[in-house]
Formats: sequence, structure tokens, C-alpha cells
Amino acid sequence: MKRTLKAEETFFRILMNLTTGFIFIILGIIIYSVFEKGMKAMSWEMLTSVPSGGYYYGKGGGILNAIVGSLVLAFGATILAFLIGLPVALYMNVFLVRRKKLVNLIRFILDLIWGVPSIVYGAFGFTLMVFIGLQTSLLAGIITVTLFILPIMIRSMDEILRTVPMGLSEATYSLGSNKSELAFKIFTRQSVSGIITAVLLSFGRAIGDAASVLFTAGYTDNLPNSLMEPVATLPLSIFFQLASPVPEVQARAYASALVLTIIILIVSLFSRGLGKRYHKTKINF
Amino acid sequence: METAIRIKDLNVFAGKTQILHDINVEIPKNKITVILGPSGCGKTTLLKCMNRLTDLYPELKVSGEILINDKNIFDPGADISKLRQSMGLLSQRPYPLPMTIYNNIAYALKLRGVRGRRKQSILVMDYLKQANLYEEVRKRLREPASRLSIGQQQRLCLARGLAVNPDIILADEPTSALDPISSRFIDEKFQEIKPHFTIVVVTHVLRQARRIADNVIFMYMGEVVEQGSASEFFENPKEEKTKSYLEGMFN
Repeated sequence: MKRTLKAEETFFRILMNLTTGFIFIILGIIIYSVFEKGMKAMSWEMLTSVPSGGYYYGKGGGILNAIVGSLVLAFGATILAFLIGLPVALYMNVFLVRRKKLVNLIRFILDLIWGVPSIVYGAFGFTLMVFIGLQTSLLAGIITVTLFILPIMIRSMDEILRTVPMGLSEATYSLGSNKSELAFKIFTRQSVSGIITAVLLSFGRAIGDAASVLFTAGYTDNLPNSLMEPVATLPLSIFFQLASPVPEVQARAYASALVLTIIILIVSLFSRGLGKRYHKTKINF
Repeated sequence: METAIRIKDLNVFAGKTQILHDINVEIPKNKITVILGPSGCGKTTLLKCMNRLTDLYPELKVSGEILINDKNIFDPGADISKLRQSMGLLSQRPYPLPMTIYNNIAYALKLRGVRGRRKQSILVMDYLKQANLYEEVRKRLREPASRLSIGQQQRLCLARGLAVNPDIILADEPTSALDPISSRFIDEKFQEIKPHFTIVVVTHVLRQARRIADNVIFMYMGEVVEQGSASEFFENPKEEKTKSYLEGMFN
């Protein structure tokens, strides 16, 4: 009996090590190839100028339009989703605390729409634009990406707010606080680092998605200058450059991918750091 | 003897299980009343009924009356915030608010309606001194309250509970998580302030009950077995169950 248990343990340990190693290797190859191919085409010009005429045939210029466009679009969508998402998550955890079935239903629905592919959001956004008479524009992109990241935002904040201990609510109520004070003064403060992590996670999703902005934000070689004009994004710039038959342009696609990867890496590291801080400052029981 | 809280025919169900059965008790004003009984007998539930924290738990169904100043707290028109403010709560584990030490008390003062920074700051110091915490935290008032030790946190919660200016203090095993020195301080503090407050303490520690109680409510399996003055209860218990509990037969 003891021997079989030990054999079992060894077997699963090896299996786990193998699978973990496999994932690391795949990830390593992806990052390596992006760096390796991207660095070749990377130049100061790439980062600081917009595409000049003939850029897509291998002539001069850069992807500043896509870098700035992606940042503006992702910032806009993240702020909008935060403004909608935080009150929803607070409402679920403070006001609906007695209606557990309803809250669980909301969670289930949010989890479902979290899983909807982003191209569906793109198509929905496009339908919505036609309905309200909006052209492909930064605004339309922001609205669509907001819808896309909203379930992610709400659910990740919800998971943080759920961990607020009941005793803290009881203590706050017993001082004579009402529900809004409990929500906005106590729950938000107790979960502040977790909320920031949720925001950064959503930002990462917003900046990396191509399908939802394909029909809605459009593409342009100019820097964004109006909410009503189309805007370029990094994922689409990768897509268009990679689709080019010119090898130099294809190499630039990797450089664009490198920029996107680095942005997401910075955001992830940032949110990790905050997550750690959150654990440190948690109430010690 | 004046009655502060009068509980009439209180029944509490959690789903189909009855947690409290026909509770009828009177809690005298400006005395320490100890609710005593073995774990799981419904002491905490009874305490939470008094400031309607039971509202937070959808599975609990409460019926009956709790009269404070001759007003039933379960009346639909009752002002729950005001009701809760008239009772300071000290729970088993301290729950400092996620803000600085200073603001933990200032927040309570703001809810009570104390305006003006100077006035607030004087009162914050005053309540910290009352909770015997001021000297320890004097230099770190702007630090998060979560950095205090458990004993200090519980004293901060006491200071915060007093800061809303309550008439009644509800304490749910307030010393069970604390070190002996903080525990003794809390017990002594209750003795000291009882001329001004009605204090209700839940405990399952017999020694603590003997030490602080003026009045005892003994509960077992969701029912009140015996209630009365502490001297009567400890020296001349009427019920068999009380006698066997006092002799340490169960717990």
C-alpha cells in the first residue's frame, strides 16, 4: 500500500513537472521569437514616427500611431469600464448581500459573457454603431472594448470584494453607517490594491485585443486627434504588417508585437507588485 | 431596578432549524449582564438580534419583540442606523476599519455628528485615553490600524464603540482572542464604565462571568434556562441544568 502511494506520488510529481516545463518552454519560445525577430526591425524611428507614404511597402516611418492609439483606446475603455464596474461590484456585495441567489445568477451570467469571443463583441459593437449612426472611430472602439472588458472588470473586483469579512460589515453597521458608506468608504478601502489589480488586468485585455476593434475603431496612419476619427491599434498594426508580402514589413510586425508584449509585461508586473502589497497590508488576524 | 432592554417571545429560525426558542428576558440598566452558556447555544444570535445585525443574514427569520425605551426595534419604521448607534459593539475578533488609527475613531465621531477638526481631534485623543491606548499609539496615529496588535486593535474597537456615544455596549466574547493583560483591561473597563452604560457580555468562560456579572442569563440549546442576579445565580441556582453547568458537567 505504502509503495503504491509513493509510486503514485512520484508519477504525479513527474507529470506536473513535465507539464509545467512544457508550458514554460512554449512561453519561452514565443517570447524569444518575438524578441529575436522584433529586435531586428526595432528602431528609434519605429517608435517615434507615424507611417510615411509607402511604409507598407518597406519605406520609412513607424508605428507611433498604433502605440498612441492603443494606449488612448485602452485607457478610455478601462476608465469607462471602471466607472461602471466598481458600482456594480459594490452593489452585488453590499446591497444584494441578502439576495444570494440573485447575486449568484449575476455572477453566472457575467462568467458566461466573459467567455464570449471578442469578435462577437466587435460584431455587436458594429451593429450598435449602425443603430446609433456612429462611424468607425475612437469612440466606437472605446465603447466596444468597454463592453468587452466589463465582465472581466466586474468579476475580478467582485472576487476581491467577496473576501471582505462579514465582521467588518457588522462593525461598520454597528457604528450607524448606511450601505453606501459601507460600500464606498469601507469596502473600497479594504480592497483598494485588489481593485487596482482588477483594473490593470482589464487594461491588459483591452490593449491586446484585435477582433473587437477591427470594425469599430478602424485603422489610420494618423495619430488620434478626435473621438470621432478612426484610430490605429497595435494588434491591428501587427495584423496588417504581417499580412504584407514584403519581408521588411513582416519583420516590423514582430517589432510591433514586441512593443505590445512589453506594455503588457509592464502592466502585469505592476499588478503583481500591487497584489503582493495587498497581502502584506491585509488585516492580520 | 430599571430595565434597559426587554425581550419578549423572541424566536429565531435559520431555515427550518430553530436557533432561539421563546426568549423572554429583561436586561437591567447600567449593569453588566452576562449571557452565559456552552458554545452553539444561541448566545451570539441573541446579541445580534439586539442591534438587528441579524438583518444581514438572509437565512435568519426573527419574530417577537425587543423593546428599548419602550420602542420595538423590529417596528417597520424603526431607524436602524440610530438604533445601532445607540449600541457599541465589541466582537470576538477586532475589526479595525481599513483606515488610520486616528480615522477609525474620527469616522465614528463623524457618524455621530461631531463636526470641526479641532473638536474631533480632542475627542479622538480622549477616547484613545479611555481605552488605555493613547500612550502606545501617540506617535503613530496616522498609521493603518491593521498594524496594531490584536489586543491593541480590540482596545481601538472599544474606543470606537464608545465614540458613537452609545447607551448600551454589546460585547461578544470580547476577550477570547486577547492576551491576558488586554483581557483584564477590558473586564476592568466594563466595571469602571458601567454606571453610565448598560453592558451585555456574551461569554462561555465561567470565571469571567463570575468576575464581572451583575446579572446572568444562562442559555442552553437556544433556550433561556435561568436568569437573575449574579449572586443568586452562582450561589443558589434553581435549575438542575444550571447546577450541572456550574459544576462543569458540560461545556
